[in-house]
Amino acid sequence: MDRNFVLHALLIFALACAMIVAPAQAKKLNVVTSTTDLASLAQEVGGDRITVEAIAKGYQDPHFVEAKPSFLLKLRNADLLLSVGLQLEIGWLPPLITQSGNPRIQPGARGYLEAAQFAEVLDIPTGPVTRAQGDVHPMGNPHLWLDPENGRRIARGIANKLAEMQPADAAHFQQRLQDFEQRLTAAEKRWEEQMRPFRGRKIVTYHRSWPNFVKYFGLVVVGYVEPRPGIPPSPGHTLELIQLMKRENVKVLIVEPYFDLKTPDSVARATGAKVVVLLPSVGGEKEVTDYFKLFDYDIALLTAAFRATQ
Amino acid sequence: MAKVICICGLLLLASFAAAQQAAGQQPCCDPMESRLRALEEKIRALEEEVQQLRAVQATPAAAAPSAPAAAGAPAAPTPTVPAPGGGQLPVYGGASALAKALNPDIGLIGNFLSTAGGNPIRPSPSFEMAESELSLQAIIDPYARGDFFLSFGEEGVELEEGYITFTSLPAGIVARAGKMRSAFGKVNLQHTHTLSWTDRPLVTENLLGGEEGITDAGFSVSRILPAPKGIFLEATGQVFRGDAGAEDDPVFVAARKSDVSTVAHLRGYRDLTESTNLDLGLSFARGHNDVGFTTNIYGVDATLRWKPLRRSIYRSFMARSEFIWSQRRQVPTSLLPPVQRSFGFYTSADYQFARRWIVGGRYDWSDRARNAFESDRGASALLTFRPSEFSTLRGQYRFTRYAEGIDANEFRLQLLFSLGAHGAHAF
Repeated sequence: MDRNFVLHALLIFALACAMIVAPAQAKKLNVVTSTTDLASLAQEVGGDRITVEAIAKGYQDPHFVEAKPSFLLKLRNADLLLSVGLQLEIGWLPPLITQSGNPRIQPGARGYLEAAQFAEVLDIPTGPVTRAQGDVHPMGNPHLWLDPENGRRIARGIANKLAEMQPADAAHFQQRLQDFEQRLTAAEKRWEEQMRPFRGRKIVTYHRSWPNFVKYFGLVVVGYVEPRPGIPPSPGHTLELIQLMKRENVKVLIVEPYFDLKTPDSVARATGAKVVVLLPSVGGEKEVTDYFKLFDYDIALLTAAFRATQ
Repeated sequence: MAKVICICGLLLLASFAAAQQAAGQQPCCDPMESRLRALEEKIRALEEEVQQLRAVQATPAAAAPSAPAAAGAPAAPTPTVPAPGGGQLPVYGGASALAKALNPDIGLIGNFLSTAGGNPIRPSPSFEMAESELSLQAIIDPYARGDFFLSFGEEGVELEEGYITFTSLPAGIVARAGKMRSAFGKVNLQHTHTLSWTDRPLVTENLLGGEEGITDAGFSVSRILPAPKGIFLEATGQVFRGDAGAEDDPVFVAARKSDVSTVAHLRGYRDLTESTNLDLGLSFARGHNDVGFTTNIYGVDATLRWKPLRRSIYRSFMARSEFIWSQRRQVPTSLLPPVQRSFGFYTSADYQFARRWIVGGRYDWSDRARNAFESDRGASALLTFRPSEFSTLRGQYRFTRYAEGIDANEFRLQLLFSLGAHGAHAF
């Protein structure tokens, strides 16, 4: 009987030892990001010296990504894992990191980078935080990439990290960053011009995904379709919202592409407002392939809606 | 046997040490860089000071608006964004680092059960605070993380799981040591509150040691195996002390030190489309039973999931089956053969038809481990309501036909509620 057990234990360890085959070192820095926006920024800076892959799709709610084992195949070979942080990915990324068996991307390791540390963070709760407020983010609002200046800050952070990890290409990354910043400055001028006539306009959004966006473009959010973050709309709250929108003369209602349009549509019917499905992330629609096109797309839709409801 | 364990231990230690060495390597810094570092440190210190000063200033201001908010009318949300061009300096990330101490993430999940209807074979009380699971989780050091799950019943406390996971081992190996749920199949790995049901399937009760399943102290090694593109293949090998299952009906019993049990699991997973995936598993467990002979258990599990990404919070579907074969050697008698071969399975499906609603069903069939001529069967229908991510209300109608010829009709109501740290979603 004992011999059997020795055999079994040996078998398991033979298997374990057979697994120890060092993976071939890839030449390009392998970057995996939690969201498509970070992937786009990393691609801008890294160019062809890195490979970039995002885990979540742009049309997916980034809070509710499933921790699929297929993502482990990406993570296990990653040299650098870029995440937004501020608990945006808390429901799915930590177990993936643990299971990846990749020491390079563990929290605190050189290949683990949270973009939020470079960015301006809004909605940081000042009073006590409880879940009576819904699924609040106690460290601040993580939808921070929707301010182009935060995009710039994050790109800088990524460039520094890439240079640290691949010093031979540091000059290349720096040059690409400068190029990106120039294009971003030009684009910001354009975007600001397009949005200038609508500064101070009041809007309602479904989820609290847009604080950085509205701050940058000078819009005012007066209410939300969700009664609390992460809580689906209730009839009572919807009625209050309709009254609020009538009182404040709000004519534009922004919805993320992963939310049901039933309640927003009925609110819009009752108030004469226009529902606009804006993209919070790159890849939300096929043609939105990078960080610039994300703002182009959103601003085109938003300005059209503002004009239509003047 | 002792030798083998020693060797295994040494191997683990050696790989751990190697990982530490690898992580300890620092890139050589030139004087320029060190000066830059020093400057960076200074700036950070200054920033912190500014933040602290601002926090002091902000406290009286923050206290004032919170009073009317508490008084009522919280439904009309005030704009959370300060007006552009305000005098305040922007807060750049990391502000909360000051607030976060090094305490582990603490969570508590309550499982309240109420049962109506009779079941003479496995009776349940009318009301029961079946489990209060306290979880303490933290990163231990750059090389490992720790997870503890203490299960408070109505009377006693039990360590449901408590283990260290070495995340920085070479060659993609993930090792675990401590007390853990073994990797046999699917349901055995899941905590009760993550199941789609208020109970565990009959096959778990009959062949895998009931509620607790094969949970034991030992260690585990797993690694992702090379596979054709798009296929996830993972092998897990585990060695345990050899005690598992309910006290009155154990699966494995270690009468001697050398009676260790082993569990092996092979998992294959593939995304069929971006919203559909297939998850298959083969499991094997071997240990000594309560009469001193060995029991071998084999398992096959299959899960099909569907979740459209654009509507992932509103719609999903999951179908899951597990088939389990048990070969229990025992003292042969005129009635019982030397090897008792039992088989059992369950098959289940869950469909989420609205953001908060899930409807489900399960069919059970299982021989009993000690006597394969006795088989139980059952069927359940379930309706689950999730007001938020942190609470669940579930109703289950359960019909069971026991081998004794007794039928049981029960209605079970479950209330799950979660306090504290935001746990990961089960997959």
